[in-house]
Amino acid sequence: MTASAPLAAPGPTPGAADSPPDSPLDPRPGSGRLRRLGPAVGLLPFLVYVTIFLIIPTVTVAVGAFQSEDGGFSTEKVAALFDETPMRALRESLILSATSAAIGAVLGALLAYLIVTAPATSVLRRVVTSVCGVLAQFGGVTLAFAWMATLGFGGLLTGLLADVFGVGDTGTGWLYDLPGLILVYTYFQIPLMVIVFLPALEGVRPQWREAAVNLGATTRQYWTKVAFPLLRPAFLGSALLLFANAFAAYATAAALVSQGSPITPLLIRAALTSEIVLGQANFAYALALEMVVVVAVVMGLYAWLLRRTSRWLQ
Amino acid sequence: MSAPGAGAGAVAWRISRVLLLLAFAGFFLLPLVALLDFSTKVPSTGDRTAQPWRDLLADEQMSSAITTSLLLAGLTVVGMVLLLVPTMVWVRLRVPRANRLVEFLCLLPLTIPALVIVVGIKNVYAWVDYLIGDSALTLTFVYVVLVLPYAYRSLDAALSGLDTTTLSEAARSLGAGWGTVIVRVIVPNIWSGVLSAAFISVALVLGEYTISSLLHYDTLPVAIVMLSKSDAPMSMAAALGSLIFAALLLLVLGALDRRRRPTGR
Amino acid sequence: MTIRPHDLDPDADRGAGGLAVELTGLRRHYGDVHALAGLDLHLDPGELVVLLGSSGCGKTTALRIVAGLERQDAGTVRVGGRDLSHVPANKRDMGMVFQAYSLFPHLTVLDNVAFGLKLRGQSRAQRRQRAGDVLDLVGLGEQKARYANQLSGGQQQRVALARALAIEPSVLLLDEPLSALDAKVRVQLREEIRRVQVEVGTTTLFVTHDQEEALAVADRVGVMNEGRLEQIATPAQLYAAPATPFVGEFVGLSNRLPATVEGGHAHVLGTRVPVLPGSASGSGLALVRPESVQLTLDEQGSARVATVAFLGPLSRVTATLPDGTDVVAQVRSADAVELTAGQRVRLQVSPAPVLVVGA
Repeated sequence: MTASAPLAAPGPTPGAADSPPDSPLDPRPGSGRLRRLGPAVGLLPFLVYVTIFLIIPTVTVAVGAFQSEDGGFSTEKVAALFDETPMRALRESLILSATSAAIGAVLGALLAYLIVTAPATSVLRRVVTSVCGVLAQFGGVTLAFAWMATLGFGGLLTGLLADVFGVGDTGTGWLYDLPGLILVYTYFQIPLMVIVFLPALEGVRPQWREAAVNLGATTRQYWTKVAFPLLRPAFLGSALLLFANAFAAYATAAALVSQGSPITPLLIRAALTSEIVLGQANFAYALALEMVVVVAVVMGLYAWLLRRTSRWLQ
Repeated sequence: MSAPGAGAGAVAWRISRVLLLLAFAGFFLLPLVALLDFSTKVPSTGDRTAQPWRDLLADEQMSSAITTSLLLAGLTVVGMVLLLVPTMVWVRLRVPRANRLVEFLCLLPLTIPALVIVVGIKNVYAWVDYLIGDSALTLTFVYVVLVLPYAYRSLDAALSGLDTTTLSEAARSLGAGWGTVIVRVIVPNIWSGVLSAAFISVALVLGEYTISSLLHYDTLPVAIVMLSKSDAPMSMAAALGSLIFAALLLLVLGALDRRRRPTGR
Repeated sequence: MTIRPHDLDPDADRGAGGLAVELTGLRRHYGDVHALAGLDLHLDPGELVVLLGSSGCGKTTALRIVAGLERQDAGTVRVGGRDLSHVPANKRDMGMVFQAYSLFPHLTVLDNVAFGLKLRGQSRAQRRQRAGDVLDLVGLGEQKARYANQLSGGQQQRVALARALAIEPSVLLLDEPLSALDAKVRVQLREEIRRVQVEVGTTTLFVTHDQEEALAVADRVGVMNEGRLEQIATPAQLYAAPATPFVGEFVGLSNRLPATVEGGHAHVLGTRVPVLPGSASGSGLALVRPESVQLTLDEQGSARVATVAFLGPLSRVTATLPDGTDVVAQVRSADAVELTAGQRVRLQVSPAPVLVVGA
């Protein structure tokens, strides 16, 4: 039963001096720490798993970014991030993420409001939330294809647009460029916004509106003085989440743009798939690190925003 | 929140609400209709044909990719549940001070995108291939990491609606061991959280392209992209089919959840 | 102990702010349900009237129509002689306290209270001054900088009261303001509300389903049932002389004892007592308060003691009549110690007027 049992004489001898080291009465700190560590062992599988499949890859990226070809320390790869091509890709990526996040946030919030004004049990609400769940998570390749079928070569709207605007019917080239990416990204940003913003909207109590009206507020004043300030943190937080989501997205762009690397994720693909070119492998590490830094900054902003408003946020 | 005003304002609001909803519906349905249109049309003549869909069912590469993706979805759910549920319950019951650490680690994949993980995971997968063998199913390991944030949130929401400490004390006073407490007492009560975690994991895995394409494993999305280079209408059919399939699967899971709820509470 | 204004000269000691409120013929239906079936109600300046009733009786609908948050199908709302029936809610100048959770979570306590003043274009200094004063009035002067989620439920309702009073409303409306609170806080806060109301003198309409609360705070209580006012009277009158069977049963605890009525008197448990107007004639059931039942130990008595419950200075004794009817009597605890279950007792009714309803 206790560690000292084998050493003790048969039959326990009474007396405080013989109390086993890990008895509950024992005040020694060493055994106390062991006791406290006991249940923590149960977390070991999780910690080991996360270390292997999340921490080690991240550390590999961080270390690799500062390594030269022969393995020594070098800032050469990170410095290369500031060359023209990666900088342009970063700028395009930031524009794409910011634009699609802004459009997605505004339209998603609007759609969420349209849903929340319907009864909680309505079919509309259930259908829209489940469809949003599928579109926001499943995304990727299918969305790229869907838009190619809409606006690409021989697409559903391509001919129509060609007739109306008089452009050639060889397919709209802009679909494979930044404007097209923004459009396609918006398609999964709106549903994501609905999912993350709906709980905040549902938390707006009808009493607040009634109290405001009762105190003399017009509908406009209710929105500007109560509803918007109330929802602002949740809205901005959701928008930041959308930004990070777009910045980290790869599948849609990869399926849509098969040549060239207009944005950072595609540049990483280029660096990964052309490893034969000397130095490219480590450059992928540097690009990946850049990506982590940008997303981390955004998530940091998100956390800061949450903390700033947590004084009144439940 | 109720609709503002009364009389003319209310009518105007109701009309604009319907119009806006129709506009959203149009925006979201249009590309899907286009997919259907493209996959049932003969490119040269514009006639209707079901050939791409028939070919799709017959295509062996496609059916093996579908099998792979479904197996991956199932394995990921199993792996996620086995890894996360005991850990989260254990943290609540026995090591509450580790709560912040586990939460931080679970939400970390939101900051470290899949693309970054795939860049840095070459060495880890060299070992995985060496120890387990080179199979597309080994993607499960990294997919479990990908779904961590979403699964964590679902499970956390379900667990916070439960007084785990009292439940476990009650069970243990009746003679249950820790394993029994978790499997027989806690898990049945957070079943809806487990289901919604599974729900989101399935959607994510079925659509996952980043890691599988860059590690060169033929999952469903990878196969669809490859197909598009040889047979565009058939790849469009596959894309639409996979979306509908995922939606149906999630619908079934959702119905399962709703059926359980009245008896669960 | 609060001194009720109606104990004093009705027109003395009032604040200057009170306006008369007149509700006439208010009707409202939702589909087939008549939430209000023609409500008439008059509030004197500075008076506190409680609308009492179970859920769905229309009391909250009436309050929300007065506030303008809901529209009546027919009828008028007048305050100080002015017809407000079609004035939008935000122009009515009424202060309302909701059941719970009505404080704006993103504003501090002070900003919540100053919200209505800001809408009225008062300067920052004026607003802070006035809001601070009202917060002192409800005893929360020290909590100005806090947010709603840092306050207890009772404190939140005090802030809500201060916010409603800050705008110097023509009428104060209270929609079950205590129902979300603990029993102890509830009693404390209802006395507080009454104290503040007397101090500011604002005409007040208070809605509740708790009859003890209603009797404790009101100048007059209106008992509502199925969209109508059953009776409106002072708490004492309502308790002693219910006008309808519904009021008799809803307000306070009543025994239903078999009785026969003839010539303005009823025979209950062998005692002859006067009947109240509105009573049935012939044989029926008399509504008798537990404190009107007298219980004496008697070997020859026909009733037997069933249970004795100790409630502090008083005890509640249940005795069973030979026909199986349970009668509840209120007895001084000093006397109740002699009683044990199974003892024979004699029951009598004290000669206060009773209401008799058809059996």
